[in-house]
Amino acid sequence: MSLSEQEVRHVAMLARLALTDEEVTSLQGDLNSILSHIDTIRQLDLDSVPPTAHAIPVTNVTRPDVVVPGLSHRTALMNAPAEQDGAFLIPQITGGGDDA
Amino acid sequence: MSELNLSAYTAAEITAAIARKEFSAREAAGAALARIEALDGDVHALNQVTPDLAYAAADRVDSLVAAGEPLPPLAGVPAAFKDNMNLIGTRTTCSSRILANYESAYDCTAVARLIAAGVLPLGKCNMDEFAFGSSGESSATGSAKNPWDLGRIPGGSSAGSAAAVAAGLATVTLGSDTGGSIRQPGAMTGTVALKPTYGRVSRYGCVAFASSLDQIGPFSRTIEDSARVLEAICGKDSMDATSVERTDEQFVSAARGADVSGMRVGIVRDMLDMEGVSPQVRQSVLDAAARYEALGATVGEVDLPTSQHGLAAYYIIGPAEASSNLARFDGIRYGHRVDAPTDTLDLYMRSRAEGFGTEAKRRIMLGTYALSAGYYDAYYGQAQKARTLIASEFSSAFERFDVLLTPTSPQVAWKFGEKSDPLTMYLADIYTIPVNLAGNCAINVPCGFAEEEGSRLPIGLQIIGDYFAEAKVFAAAAAIERDLALDLRSPLVTS
Repeated sequence: MSLSEQEVRHVAMLARLALTDEEVTSLQGDLNSILSHIDTIRQLDLDSVPPTAHAIPVTNVTRPDVVVPGLSHRTALMNAPAEQDGAFLIPQITGGGDDA
Repeated sequence: MSELNLSAYTAAEITAAIARKEFSAREAAGAALARIEALDGDVHALNQVTPDLAYAAADRVDSLVAAGEPLPPLAGVPAAFKDNMNLIGTRTTCSSRILANYESAYDCTAVARLIAAGVLPLGKCNMDEFAFGSSGESSATGSAKNPWDLGRIPGGSSAGSAAAVAAGLATVTLGSDTGGSIRQPGAMTGTVALKPTYGRVSRYGCVAFASSLDQIGPFSRTIEDSARVLEAICGKDSMDATSVERTDEQFVSAARGADVSGMRVGIVRDMLDMEGVSPQVRQSVLDAAARYEALGATVGEVDLPTSQHGLAAYYIIGPAEASSNLARFDGIRYGHRVDAPTDTLDLYMRSRAEGFGTEAKRRIMLGTYALSAGYYDAYYGQAQKARTLIASEFSSAFERFDVLLTPTSPQVAWKFGEKSDPLTMYLADIYTIPVNLAGNCAINVPCGFAEEEGSRLPIGLQIIGDYFAEAKVFAAAAAIERDLALDLRSPLVTS
């Protein structure tokens, strides 16, 4: 499989990365080179093989349902790029006002 | 500056010397910090140095000594942690611009357990950005250097964790290994480097790269120190549902025993004969196998043909899980946020574009593509099936053998800038990746040296064990360590 420039731009949107035109060009080359190596996996006969869900067999891991201290409000906010009134502050996401 | 030089001490020797009051833990901290001050400008093993934490830990040890109380197993041992492990009072940057100012909000379990065992936290180790790399060069703060030759890479991604031990800056460090990120820098720097079995050590508080592959493990100069650290950090943690409770945690005694009589040792023949393996590396591994025979082990050969497809499976699974894990770095709750975003989409897209480096973007793009509509089955689904085959291939091999031998890396440490093509870089992990995919354990133990352009560069032997067979791996590693008795002091330690 090989990616077109259009597909690279589409994947960048899915990944929420604002790439420059130069980055799109160089990533297109890199990704196609890596994908051509990855395609060697098709040499394996995998039709009847179940996929790995977990490296070691562990099932139904539970713990007692008791209240324990978690992060404090202050700690949870301490790395916030912007905050207001004890909440994370982000650009306006509703309404059409110009005061965002 | 302190006269005390701890770079030749093992962890056990430091704790014993402190117990005998030969020097205090505070003096040990002072000596370690002075050495970092003197040398780390050249090595750049550390992103952050934490004297306050080191002295506070030292004072706790010294008050135990003064009170005549028993000391914890790693009392007074200078230690450092890869910069993807949270520790309150430190930044956790993952050597990325996007987390350059991130302050740890809680403690990583493995780090907290090591500190509870008495170590002196010296700081946070440089790394490839988000652990994406095999050379240290993708660090946003500039690469750590190899103490054997400062013009060469220390390996990656746990570049600083390896370099700190090889330069004698710390006695033990922690790294994380997703595709070889502990073992490969161990090989490059002549240090002992263990990737425990998946689930042996809690991953809580270590910034996730690929959650089904990541595992925390130690760097040290000796096998016994590695065993000591693993004893301190292993075991069930309620904060990581994949961590497991075990009773087979007597690693130090296994390392001290170093008993390989009757042990069945398998050389992985087809991996050793692969294209691109340095002849010196290949010979060194064969020589080690011959030593095992002399030590009373039975040595045979095995092929792992499916494992050669591990790289392809890994470069689907690793980036796929990474692209998902790194979605959280969006400039909303923490991390870099772009100036004057026009709306939230603009905030996400430009914050991430500015915050992530080239290799991180490459992996995020690769993983997002592999998981995108229409491609999931063709890539992720196929890779998870290949993973099942690789695991069953190892299981068959472990019916015949107790441990398997391969090189840790096909080559010794290369020069900065030498591998500019991403795929060439990825091939550096060809021997380590299958173990992460299967989930079992493996260690790097130095087994010789190669001379390259006037530099003496360590060669690493990878000893692979079955699930939770760390005790056997330590015994095998300690036997070869004792038998070869290599002088593993880097030029930065001997000069």
